[in-house]
Amino acid sequence: MKLSEHHPTIPAEVSKTLGARLHGWAVTVDHKRLGIMYVCFGLVFFVIGGLEGALMRAQLAQAAGKIVDPATFNQLFTMHGTTMVFLVGMPMLLGMANYLIPLMIGARDMAFPRLNAFGLWLFVFGAILLYFSYVGAQGLYGTGAAPDVGWFAYAPLTNRTFSPGSATDYWILGIMVSGFGSITTAINLLATILVMRCPGMTLMRLPLLAWMMLVVSVLVIIAIPVLTGAQIMLLLDRSLGMHFFDTQNGGSSILWQHLFWFFGHPEVYILVLPAFGFFSEVIPVFSRKVIFGYPLMVAATVAIGFISLGVWAHHMFAIGMSPALNAFFAASTLLIAVPTGIKIFNWIGTMIGGQIIFATPMLFATAFLGIFTFGGLTGIMLAIVPFTWQLSDSYFVVGHFHYVLFGGTVFGIFSGLFYWFPKATGRMLSERLGKWFFWLLFIGFNLTFFPMHISGILGMPRRIYMYQPDRGLELWNMLSSIGVIVQGLGISLFVWNVILSLRRGKIAGNDPWNAWTLEWATTSPPPEWNFDQIPTVGSARPLWDIKNPTDPDSHQEVQA
Amino acid sequence: MRFSCVVFFLAACCLCTAHSAEISTAASTIICAPDQPGRAAGIHAGDLNIFHSASLPAHEIRELAWLVIAISAAIFVVVEGVLIWSIIRFRKSEHTAGDPVQVFGSNPIELAWTIIPCIIVFVLALATVRTIREVELESPPAGALAVDVIGHQWWWEYRLPGAVPGSTVVTANELIAPVGRPVWLSLRSADVIHSWWVPRLAGKTDLIPNHVNHTWFQAEQEGTYLGQCAEYCGTQHANMLLRVRVVSAEAFDAWIHAQLQPTAIDASVATGRAHFLQLACMNCHTIDGVSSGGFGPNLTHLMSRETIGAGVAPLNPQTLRAWIDDPQNLKEGCNMPSLKLDPAQLDSVVAYLLTLK
Repeated sequence: MKLSEHHPTIPAEVSKTLGARLHGWAVTVDHKRLGIMYVCFGLVFFVIGGLEGALMRAQLAQAAGKIVDPATFNQLFTMHGTTMVFLVGMPMLLGMANYLIPLMIGARDMAFPRLNAFGLWLFVFGAILLYFSYVGAQGLYGTGAAPDVGWFAYAPLTNRTFSPGSATDYWILGIMVSGFGSITTAINLLATILVMRCPGMTLMRLPLLAWMMLVVSVLVIIAIPVLTGAQIMLLLDRSLGMHFFDTQNGGSSILWQHLFWFFGHPEVYILVLPAFGFFSEVIPVFSRKVIFGYPLMVAATVAIGFISLGVWAHHMFAIGMSPALNAFFAASTLLIAVPTGIKIFNWIGTMIGGQIIFATPMLFATAFLGIFTFGGLTGIMLAIVPFTWQLSDSYFVVGHFHYVLFGGTVFGIFSGLFYWFPKATGRMLSERLGKWFFWLLFIGFNLTFFPMHISGILGMPRRIYMYQPDRGLELWNMLSSIGVIVQGLGISLFVWNVILSLRRGKIAGNDPWNAWTLEWATTSPPPEWNFDQIPTVGSARPLWDIKNPTDPDSHQEVQA
Repeated sequence: MRFSCVVFFLAACCLCTAHSAEISTAASTIICAPDQPGRAAGIHAGDLNIFHSASLPAHEIRELAWLVIAISAAIFVVVEGVLIWSIIRFRKSEHTAGDPVQVFGSNPIELAWTIIPCIIVFVLALATVRTIREVELESPPAGALAVDVIGHQWWWEYRLPGAVPGSTVVTANELIAPVGRPVWLSLRSADVIHSWWVPRLAGKTDLIPNHVNHTWFQAEQEGTYLGQCAEYCGTQHANMLLRVRVVSAEAFDAWIHAQLQPTAIDASVATGRAHFLQLACMNCHTIDGVSSGGFGPNLTHLMSRETIGAGVAPLNPQTLRAWIDDPQNLKEGCNMPSLKLDPAQLDSVVAYLLTLK
């Protein structure tokens, strides 16, 4: 099916002046251009956040390191965490969904294109506000102080008494503003998926990525306003002298933790479900096999969405909750392992019996399965309350969540970028450089984050700017730091790959991976209106039906 | 065929869970050796390994931890094994043409890998609840020594109200505890949230302002057990170190007795004492009978401690002098300012503090 011809408008774009082209990007309401900008901003902040992480690793490479002072280190881990969650994870994932969802469901754009542009620029403004603190904020130690209260900003450390100046206010406002952007994008995605689907695309024919983004949107709409509300309360405490979290005047520090983690835990699934969506597209295509157990995958996604709203206090096992509450949150946390496990098994089930092609997107997907299994199992350990009395706030936790968020989300993003780059740019990324990139990142990742589990077991807490030389921690920390160098090499190769491929990459054509979802039926890059004619679909794999007229999926549906 | 696979898998899981206690014990013997904590070679004061437990609650946690690790390891091996097998077995070869058979799913298989994890999760939840009940006590164990712990940015205050009826021992940063006797800690905070974590004795419990938490330990072996604050609490979170010295019951009584002695008045250090009172020292520090500041550690028996600055340096005349000269050199960002004493003042204050034994 040819849903779009090449249109002469695209070369015409190139002949415009730079100013006109930039203006075009600044005022665009096209979901694809907005998506690309999201991804570009996200990548810039990924590099910034990565450099912050690298500096921390330089400091911790040796016991009693002296590369940065304690105040700087505390700012580094605060900004690293905040950046990676709010300025990398959210924009990259929401941005990629922004680009892909209308194409995958056969729509011409998102439901609310102008709201979409508004969301992007809110995010950019929030990000600039947060980083402006490095120049403009007053902190504990004078001006030019970035926030230093941790990405979780526990009360009462955020109280004016303990965090004077405006650094903490920059954290509040920057995240709040970009949070509004996330909420608008989520509303937009929800509306788009629910009402903009092309004829024939019932909910049970939705690409799994769209299903997962549907659940993510709901989670964003439920979780982020809670954070925003808590941040407004904190702002009132700090600027108008109110006492929500002001423990010296009867406020509650536990209240902040409940509010923050009620946002914070769904946030983890907000960050990982879109990556699950990318893998659910990549694994079948590169295994040449339909996804194993589509209905169960959908059910598991919805289950994860529900359960993720009831596990937040497992971040708070050390605050002295009653045994009954501890047991409840342990059980709910363990329960979420079931739908997550189902997904892992279904992906492996898809690979079994397939003809797996290990192109770069599939390399990342396969590595993800291995890494995420490990990260999921350490997650089980952290659900075991007594075990977590030892492990919480130790480097074990740092290792664990990097295994799920780096091995899940970041690997998902790179898998998706390699998979859809040809669609967005019309050119393939170099496979040779891509494989080098993959292996460097894979090795560097494990070298950095596996030893952290051991550091944690050896008693090393998180968020310390130095550790004592007598604790047997040097080797593990040195390995972690060396791993960062390997990762850095990998990321550099990726940047080089993008620059090179944009200029000289192989022309992709409409459907370079021989895939099955609608975005591959239009041109690469697609025209502004996506499809010349709105497609009609008869199954979850419309392009499979066209490519295999004798064995279309729609038959399968009839039998089922 | 499929059905028998499922049955076999279920049976294997049941066996694993039934024998997990033995498995975990075996694993712990192989990997971490000390069933008699403290005696095994390689354990030293700087050892904070959570598996080298030396106290009741830490033992309970270790047992449960090995059970969970054993089950997790089994799952890990199975899943990664299948993954690696499928990578090798189903890699596309040059010879294959056309797409493989499209399998849309299988109800029995999918049911199996939904139910089996549910069973494993159920077993883990039961084990968890049991250990929570054993470790998280609602009231102090019989005969326990009561200790109040108060977290400050960035040091620990210990108060032993009941050690001797009618008087409270107040000390800082180093807890002395009797061996074999339960110690019941009541945790509070003077400012932000901290967390008390001595891995070989007990898991961590937070110190939260406006809220009293409890934890306990019962050390089996004399020795020094180290730990540190485990909840980010500001600039010097990294140097809010914990030190618990577990001693014999007799040594503990002797220590209590010594702590209750009034400070000797030594005429030879009268100048230093005067400086202590004239300069800002007395505003923050208590010395019984001399001053009553509450912002910094109680110094009444300063020289009975092993370290200074919540563990940043061993305590001796040189480090004491360096600390008073400029605490920011040893602990950048700590709340004790550099008082800019001239050398004569410095020497006299140090000389006075050295008499506080």
